[in-house]
Amino acid sequence: MTATASPLLELEDVRLSFEREEILRGVDLRLSERERLIVLGQSGGGKSTLLRLILGILKPNGGSLRFKGLEVTRMGRRRLNKIRQRIGMVYQNSALISSLNVRDNLALPLEELSDKSEKEIDEIVMHKLELVGMTEARDKMPAELSGGMRKRIALARGIIMDPELILYDEPSAGLDPVTSTLIDQLIISLSEKIGATSIIVTHEMESAFRIATRMAMLYQGRIIAEGAPAVFEHHPDPVVAQFVSGDTHGPLLDHLPEELS
Amino acid sequence: MFYLFPAVRSALQQVSSIAWLLIHTVEEMGDHMLRRRLPFRTAIFFDQTDRAGVGSAPLVGLVSLFLGATMALLTGYVLRPYGQENLVPASVAIGFTRELGPLMTGIMVAARVGAAFTAELGTMVVGEEVEAIEAMGLGPLRLLVSPRVLAVFCLMPCLSVISNFAAMAGAAIISRWAFDIPFQLYVQIALENLLVRDIIAGVLKSFLFGMIIGLIACYRGLTVRGGAAGVGSATTSSVVTAIATVIGFDTLFNIVLVALFN
Repeated sequence: MTATASPLLELEDVRLSFEREEILRGVDLRLSERERLIVLGQSGGGKSTLLRLILGILKPNGGSLRFKGLEVTRMGRRRLNKIRQRIGMVYQNSALISSLNVRDNLALPLEELSDKSEKEIDEIVMHKLELVGMTEARDKMPAELSGGMRKRIALARGIIMDPELILYDEPSAGLDPVTSTLIDQLIISLSEKIGATSIIVTHEMESAFRIATRMAMLYQGRIIAEGAPAVFEHHPDPVVAQFVSGDTHGPLLDHLPEELS
Repeated sequence: MFYLFPAVRSALQQVSSIAWLLIHTVEEMGDHMLRRRLPFRTAIFFDQTDRAGVGSAPLVGLVSLFLGATMALLTGYVLRPYGQENLVPASVAIGFTRELGPLMTGIMVAARVGAAFTAELGTMVVGEEVEAIEAMGLGPLRLLVSPRVLAVFCLMPCLSVISNFAAMAGAAIISRWAFDIPFQLYVQIALENLLVRDIIAGVLKSFLFGMIIGLIACYRGLTVRGGAAGVGSATTSSVVTAIATVIGFDTLFNIVLVALFN
């Protein structure tokens, strides 16, 4: 897929280190509107870090990160918070506020950031719960819900402000295959219904192929491959090919001890 | 100098971090007020005042009652050979309103409320809840820190007053029982010797202690690293630091007060 003239999100040579350890060594990525980009990569490879950089929670050591042409890396708190309201984030462990029930979890951003009345807020909350099929959980506490249900509530919270971009951090991690497929289908249907662009970080290939309109592979701090899902199925790059197939023989295990490789 | 005393450097860093926490919290509250909204969520504020203030009242009252009784017994025991038992009400009244009331309340609140704040915020950090709040552009300091610090800041003087009354009650019972000072006389002597200055000093100190405890507890909670063990050590550290800081500030406050008025 080709990038349009004005991408929704643009990362240029984004670099990040933690205490001398280089996590990202120059990531370049462009995201057009309504795309569902899957970012593949090994565990601990900096995929989630990439999402935190997009949200401005982490600041890169170098490079540029633009959301709709606005440079996120140099923004002050107030402007950054405005940008964050246009981006939804779904955390791997859902990260629902444990002291609030489902309704209040979803209503919180609306109550704090919009001038909507309580009735309007309730309507929006119910609508979003309907989209993820969780209306019956409205008054439950997060602790009373299963992992899959929490994830669906987290999806509903991610879209509560009608964001232009939704970030998903390992959306199907730790879920059974059926729930995992359900979450994948929800991601596709949400992106189509509300017309949002999505970045989904995962290392579960089945999910990835189901959701993606485009894929990118993050390896050793760089995007080493990018393209349509079909290209990834038989990719010429040995690292990508090994990651997709899940084979233990190949460059991905090169730096592990002898007995393992 | 700094190389020789890494502990000093670390302590100074933490003091500056806590000061920045206060500044950023006030900034976030200001941002929200500019949007013509309340600087904090009243529901969380009242919930915290209930837990921190009302919930602490029985403990503060009971401990102060015992302390007041003990203090009366000891001072009476020392003063009796000189026939000066009548000074017991004055010593307990001054001792508690100016010094022991705020101090003991501070220690109890640090242990009870400070620990709860740190554990709660620490668990939220570990569960990525704080980050999720930040990611939604809600301002976690305004949402989480401001109602907690304000609750303990506002409620500390009230708890101090409860502590003072409870201590006086304990001392009055002991005075009546051990030194034959009737209740009416006890109240009269106490009021005669109590200066407004002592009461104001005690109340001011309580506000200060409340703010210190709230800020230290929230700072420790928000900087938790490393899961459940991290929450545990942060909670211990929060209580220890808050108690030590409260006692340190109390000494400083007294030195300043004595230098200014005596």
